[in-house]
Amino acid sequence: MTEKSKDELLHDHNHDGVDRRGFLKCMAWAGTGAFCVMQGGVLKSYSMSNMSQAASKITAGQLSFVQISDSHMGFNKAANPDVVGTLKTAVDKVNALSTPAEFMLHTGDISHLSKPEEFDTVDQILKGATPKDIFYVPGEHDMLNDDGKQYMERYGKNTKGSGWYSFDKKGVHFIGLVNVLNLKAGGLGTLGHDQLEWMEDDVKHLKSSTPIVVFAHIPLWSVYPEWGWGTEDSAQALAYLKKFGSVTVLNGHIHQTMQKVEGSVTFHTAASTAFPQPEPGKAPSPGPMKVPAEQLKSVLGITDVNYVHGQHALAVVDSSLA
Amino acid sequence: MRRIVSTAVLFATTFGVGFAGMFAGAGNLPAAAQQKADATEVKIDNFSFGPAELKVPVGTTVTWTNRDDIPHTAVSNDKIFKSKVLDTDEKFSFTFSKPGTYEYFCSIHPKMTGKIVVQ
Repeated sequence: MTEKSKDELLHDHNHDGVDRRGFLKCMAWAGTGAFCVMQGGVLKSYSMSNMSQAASKITAGQLSFVQISDSHMGFNKAANPDVVGTLKTAVDKVNALSTPAEFMLHTGDISHLSKPEEFDTVDQILKGATPKDIFYVPGEHDMLNDDGKQYMERYGKNTKGSGWYSFDKKGVHFIGLVNVLNLKAGGLGTLGHDQLEWMEDDVKHLKSSTPIVVFAHIPLWSVYPEWGWGTEDSAQALAYLKKFGSVTVLNGHIHQTMQKVEGSVTFHTAASTAFPQPEPGKAPSPGPMKVPAEQLKSVLGITDVNYVHGQHALAVVDSSLA
Repeated sequence: MRRIVSTAVLFATTFGVGFAGMFAGAGNLPAAAQQKADATEVKIDNFSFGPAELKVPVGTTVTWTNRDDIPHTAVSNDKIFKSKVLDTDEKFSFTFSKPGTYEYFCSIHPKMTGKIVVQ
């Protein structure tokens, strides 16, 4: 990623539309909602009011999944004293989707303080979701105090290293990465040498026509390095994906939805199910943002992703919990 | 855990007072003791350590207090000290018995960095 593209994101993220260099970014507070379809590297966005028009462009029944993120079970401060309630609302949303999701991704910060009872509560609530398969990657809040030992016991059974893995669903190759361990003073998220090496090997034998979905907690693009919203060695990971025609990167961590297209790569961050965080640089710190109680559910949400065979198109839909 | 920390602070305080008392005639110690009484706290607010750089005399116990709604840690770059995860209003104390510059950071939010200079 060039310095220039970083700057454009930083200074242009809250405007609509296409910039001069042909990137199309849409950032939407989950409250306004955005529906995005990527076709041939071009992202088309629709407002929530045009949802039926947009939805008709997707062929149902090929591959549909949901991303949820940042449940922060155990958080009980003013920004959301009821994270149990909002996670349950998220599950209700998932269960009510018109195209049922086949599985879910959870992009980390399942718990707030890595406490066993926090993980237990999330597990219990997610049992109520229609999709039974849930694929996790850890957030930094899930690996506090024990370098991820508990997380690995609970969620890491079929993973490599500190929790990374890949799997295939209907021709789409999914890669779950861990970028929240061994963080260095002053630094950003880190994948590390071992994981990068594994990833290079993992994708080496795939056809370039294989659609790729990468998911990890901390964004794999420089959203706002000043707040640590980026990953030190993500450029190396993305370099391994250059040959592929369709790459979608799904992240959490920043508690707001944001999208960007760069070449054949679409980057997307999901809303939290627990509490919102400020837009980059719009507050003294990235701490939890308190919004009026009646607005809270409009800034929390889930992400629904549809893939249509043959079109190399992933449609990413953010829905608020309101 | 909190009890252990409190005991450690109490011990260090008692020791410090005794130490200062014993050498009160040595000249520069009263000033050092004064500085110690004023500035041995680091407050964590808005994802930053305040003050980011703190100068203390040898033997000072520094206490970090997390005043954010998000948990933080204080971990020395050289692994000399490492707090548990501090939730809102939780504290961590460490006594610096050797002179030197101790750089540290929050292992959860590594952009948060600080420095304790022990003289």
